[in-house]
Amino acid sequence: MGGFFRMSISELAPLLARGEVSPVAVTEELLARIEALNPGLNAYLTVDPEGARAQARDAEARLRRGEGTPLTGIPLGLKDVLITRGLRTTCASRILENFLPPYDATAVARLRQAGAVFLGKLNMDEFAMGSSTENSAFGPTHNPWRRGCIPGGSSGGSAAAVAADLCLGSLGSDTGGSIRQPASHCGVVGLKPTYGRVSRYGLVAYASSLDQIGPITKNVRDAALLLYYTAGHDPRDSTSVDAPVPDYLEALGRDLKGVKVGVPREYFGPGLDPEVEAAVHRALDTLADLGAELLPVSLPHTEYAVACYYIIATAEASSNLARYDGVKYGFRAGGRNLLEMYAATRTQGFGPEVRRRIMLGTYVLSAGYYEAYYRKASQVRALISRDFQQAFENCGLLATPVSPTPAFCLGEKVEDPLTMYLSDIFTISANLAGIPGISVPCGFTAAGLPIGLQLLGPPFGEAVLLQAASAFEQATAWHRPRPADF
Amino acid sequence: MPLTPEEVRHVAQLARLELQPQEVELFTRQLNDILAYMEKLQELDTSGVAPMAHVLPLANAFRGDTVTGALPRDQALDNAPAREEGAFMVPRVI
Repeated sequence: MGGFFRMSISELAPLLARGEVSPVAVTEELLARIEALNPGLNAYLTVDPEGARAQARDAEARLRRGEGTPLTGIPLGLKDVLITRGLRTTCASRILENFLPPYDATAVARLRQAGAVFLGKLNMDEFAMGSSTENSAFGPTHNPWRRGCIPGGSSGGSAAAVAADLCLGSLGSDTGGSIRQPASHCGVVGLKPTYGRVSRYGLVAYASSLDQIGPITKNVRDAALLLYYTAGHDPRDSTSVDAPVPDYLEALGRDLKGVKVGVPREYFGPGLDPEVEAAVHRALDTLADLGAELLPVSLPHTEYAVACYYIIATAEASSNLARYDGVKYGFRAGGRNLLEMYAATRTQGFGPEVRRRIMLGTYVLSAGYYEAYYRKASQVRALISRDFQQAFENCGLLATPVSPTPAFCLGEKVEDPLTMYLSDIFTISANLAGIPGISVPCGFTAAGLPIGLQLLGPPFGEAVLLQAASAFEQATAWHRPRPADF
Repeated sequence: MPLTPEEVRHVAQLARLELQPQEVELFTRQLNDILAYMEKLQELDTSGVAPMAHVLPLANAFRGDTVTGALPRDQALDNAPAREEGAFMVPRVI
C-alpha cells in the first residue's frame, strides 16, 4: 500500500482505527514528502520530525487500546500564528524568529488531546497581514497549481500544504479572508467560523475583534470534523462563546430542498473576473438543481467594507503589536537607551507591510483623527452588520465569489498596497459582521487555476453552511483534481 | 486631509518605529493613497448609528476570584533577550 498522503482525514481515519495502517507509517510518508517537495513550495517554515514521530507513536498505542478519536494519528499542519509548546512559532516575522512558546494555543491543545499529529508550522504573511503570503519574512509560498503564482494569504502555507498533500488538513486564521481566499486559490476547502466559536487563546493577535481560527481541508467533511474538535467555550478567551457545539457531521447528509440562498447583487459587478463570475454562476445553478431556492438580495454597504476594515484592523493591530518591544521575548536590537532599543528592535524586526499597518493604525487612532476614522469605521461596521442581519431574515445563507480574481503572480501587487487590499472585497465583510463563511472549490480557469465559491451563514450557522457546501461538493467534482506537480 | 512627511515622521515616532528618509517619502505616498480611499466612508450619513466595537453582545466576563496556576518565572523568562536575577534586563532608562 502507501500513498496515504493522498487521502482525506475521513478516508484515513477508519484505516487507522482498524489497524490497517499505522500512524507512524503515515507520518513517515508525509515527512519524506515534505522533505522532498517543500523546498520548491515553501509551505512549511518549521518541520518537527521528532515531535511528529513521538505523537504518531502515542497515537498508535492509543488506537491499539481502542481509545482513538477520528483525529488520532492524523498528520496535520498549523499556521505559524498558533503557538505550540516548545515548537518555534514565528508568525513569519524576524521579530519572533526564535520564539519558543511555553504553552499551546487552545485549538492546538484540543487537537493534541484528540490525538492529532503535528508535522510542523506553516508559512503566512507576517502577523497574518496580507493576501498573498508574500509578506513572510522567510520568503513567499508558491501556489501548488502553478509555481510563480501566489497561494493567497495570509494562510497561504496552510492552503498550499493541503493542496499539495503535505498534510491531511491544517488550521489557519481568518481576519479578513485569510482562510477562505487561500483555500479558494489553492482549490481546497476553508472555513472561517463565527467569531467566538473557536477560542483565540494562543492565536497571536492581529485584530482581536476580527481574528478567528478555522480549518483548511481537502473536503467539507474534514472541515466539519476539525471544527467539531476545536470549537467550544474556553475560559481563557473571554470572547469565546458558551454555546453547545453541534455534531456538524450529522448535517452533512441533508439535501438543500427549500433552503433559501441569497445572491447579493453587490458581489457581482465590475472588477469581477469573467472566468470567476462564470464559475460562480454555474455553482449557483448547481445549488438550484439541488433544490435550493435562489433569491436576489442586497448588501448595500459592501462597497465601504474595505475602507472600514483597514481602519479597524490596523487600529487594533497598532495596539496589539505594541507588545513587541525587545524586552520579554523575541528579537532585540541594540540601543543606547530604552527608547532607542524599542525603535531599533521594531524597525529591524518588522517587515514593511507590518510597519505600514502599524503606522496607519497609529494615525487613525491619534488625537484629532479618531472621530473621522476609527469612530466612523465603527459606525459603518454596524451598518455592514445590519445588512447581513436583514439578508438573513429572508434566507438561510448567501452565495458569492471568494475573490474577484484567481491567484495572481508573485510580485504583481507588492508595490501597491491599496490594490492588494481591494482584493479582499468579498471576504472582509464576514469578519466585520462576525459571521461564518466557507470556501469550496467550484471550478478552474482556462489556465488551470482553482476558483472558489463562498457561502456565508448567520452567526453560529456553521451546520447549514457545511450542509450546503457538502451537498455542492457531492454534486460536483471540483475538489478531486490534484495539482500535476504534487 | 493629506498627510505630510512631517506627520509621517511623528506617527512613526508614536509607533516607536524609525524611518529612513526614502521611507518617509514612500510611506507618505502610500498612506495618503490609502487614506484618500478611506475618505469614501464620509459619503455615508452615520448620524445616530451606534459604533460597533465588537460583534458579540458581551458584557464583562468574570471568573471566580480564586488563585490558579501561573507560568513559572523561569519559563516566563526563557524567551527574554536578556535576563538577570529572575528579571528582564533592559538598557538604561535614566
